[in-house]
Amino acid sequence: MRIYVCVKQVPDTSGKVAVNDNGTLNRASMATIINPDDMNAVEAALQLKDELGCQVTVVTMGPPPAEGMLRELMAMGADDAVLVSGREFGGSDTFATSQIIAGALHNLGIGKDDIVFCGRQAIDGDTAQVGPQIAEKLNLPQVTYAADIKKKGDVLCVKRLLEDGYMTIEVQTPCLITCVKELNEPRYLTVKGVMENYDKDIVVLDYEALKDEELIDVDSIGLKGSPTNIFKSFTPPQKGAGRMLAGSVEDMSNELVTELLKKHIV
Amino acid sequence: MILSKKHELIKRNFRRFAETEFTTEIQEELDRNGGFNWDIWHKIGKYGFTGVKIPVEYGGQGGDYLSYALMNEEFCRVCPVLGIYANTPNSLGGGPLLQCGNEEQKQKYLAPAARGEKQIVFALTEPGAGSDPGSMTTKAVADGDYFILNGRKCFISGAPVADYAIVYARTDLTQKGGRGISMFIVDMKLEGVSCGKPELKMGINGYPTSDIVFENVRVHKDDLLGPLHKGYGVAMKTLDGGRLGVAAQAVGAAQGAFEEAVAYAKGRKQFGKPIYYNQGVSFMLAEMATEIEAARNLVYAAAEAKDNDAANAATLCSMAKLYATEMANKVCGQAIQLHGGYGYIKDYKVERLYRDVRVMTLYEGTSQVQKIVISRDILK
Repeated sequence: MRIYVCVKQVPDTSGKVAVNDNGTLNRASMATIINPDDMNAVEAALQLKDELGCQVTVVTMGPPPAEGMLRELMAMGADDAVLVSGREFGGSDTFATSQIIAGALHNLGIGKDDIVFCGRQAIDGDTAQVGPQIAEKLNLPQVTYAADIKKKGDVLCVKRLLEDGYMTIEVQTPCLITCVKELNEPRYLTVKGVMENYDKDIVVLDYEALKDEELIDVDSIGLKGSPTNIFKSFTPPQKGAGRMLAGSVEDMSNELVTELLKKHIV
Repeated sequence: MILSKKHELIKRNFRRFAETEFTTEIQEELDRNGGFNWDIWHKIGKYGFTGVKIPVEYGGQGGDYLSYALMNEEFCRVCPVLGIYANTPNSLGGGPLLQCGNEEQKQKYLAPAARGEKQIVFALTEPGAGSDPGSMTTKAVADGDYFILNGRKCFISGAPVADYAIVYARTDLTQKGGRGISMFIVDMKLEGVSCGKPELKMGINGYPTSDIVFENVRVHKDDLLGPLHKGYGVAMKTLDGGRLGVAAQAVGAAQGAFEEAVAYAKGRKQFGKPIYYNQGVSFMLAEMATEIEAARNLVYAAAEAKDNDAANAATLCSMAKLYATEMANKVCGQAIQLHGGYGYIKDYKVERLYRDVRVMTLYEGTSQVQKIVISRDILK
């Protein structure tokens, strides 16, 4: 049994967001973190590993520096890591990205007992599309928004977190699950984990390795092949701090009207 | 010194743990009421922080001295009490066992301490023997398979919550000074062992400190640690490593106070502008940042020297402790100064940090003792 966890390195949006002239994110100038939901996906995989002793493989598509994130996840407990990286893949939208990752997973081989975990969505694009599209392309059953996962024999019992309640469903492996933050608390690293696993080899799958994959159409990957084009990105102006009015209804009404008049709103 | 990516990751992980788990509520509760937080103790044990620099075969994490220094630094940046929780088993508690315990002693006592399952404390100081531990009066007299231990240790950090203590006692009554002293592993539940009332301290509240009294305590000869009469040298060597830990604690606490001061200087407005617009304030912050960075580099250099068994490692550890702890006292004082009257109020973290760092120029060898160690080395 092998669990693949798809992860993404994203800009740390708690810091400053920088945008290039062409509207894309200036990733080089921003600090990066591991996408938070993906950390929950990794933790879910590690918990199953603790319970069942399976192999956990983390997979990411990104530029070469994404290697640091993979090393961090190996220090956390993942057994091995795959970096899907190539200039040809750069600028891919969700359609192209899921195609490439699906091709990479197909290349690595998905067995009868295997599971693919993804985070629900990344904090940069916020699309929540890549996980489900990978499942479609690999022809795997998918369960989104997992808030609890239990393995019973060859089925997974998954509690989905929906807007107005929960839905519990069973799914046969192999399957793809997307995870939400309510699922678990990602563990901390141990010094031993870092010392022993940080320098392990990483498998790199580049364009050459994947171009003949049957799931990948080389004309619909990368910036050129992506059907989605970014029209415009911008940093929204910061909202000022709110102010609570206190006192009697009459006082508050007077103060409110004075403020609105001052700002020429009324 | 530029940290390797591995050490950067280790440092970031310590910071995330401290910031997430050791909440302000826990810190303030411990400072107000003292006692000990078992919940956080179990958490640091779960992640092996209690055994960062203890080898894997003895239940530890197999980390280096640099990782150990980074842990002390990052934990104390959030709260010195957390740093001390994780430091004790790595340093004063585990150090003597690691240095000269036999295999059975290491498995029996060191491994559970490294995993955070048991607590071991270091009992050297006596009411009349502080900077001069060779003047100790605690005695251990051989009696068949046992030694009979009598005496009193004081200011023992962690004693009220300890399972075991590494106790130093004179075994050769004809010798004086450092000679004729032996080490024992004493089970705190043995008959005749008792703790005094936890001391009411200026800072580091939440890690209790008390006397330990030994009245005709029968310690089995299997619990003699290292060779008979040769314990003093081990104590001194343990303190070298401990000094590195304290130096790193001081850097972390100073960094914590500095960050509070920067945030306050940016947020506090007087005369219509943030107070850092005044050069008197911004220059003070510049000096604080510079001195913290200088101390940090000295600590990392001392850690690297320990990791490489460099000949000057012990001296560097003393230098790091001397410089970093004096710096931390100064910087925490300046952080209060920048807060004005608010810095004197317990609602502000700098007030607590100022009290917490005060002990750092005292414990594990005062600044004056560090100067003795350093001058002996440079003048030999």
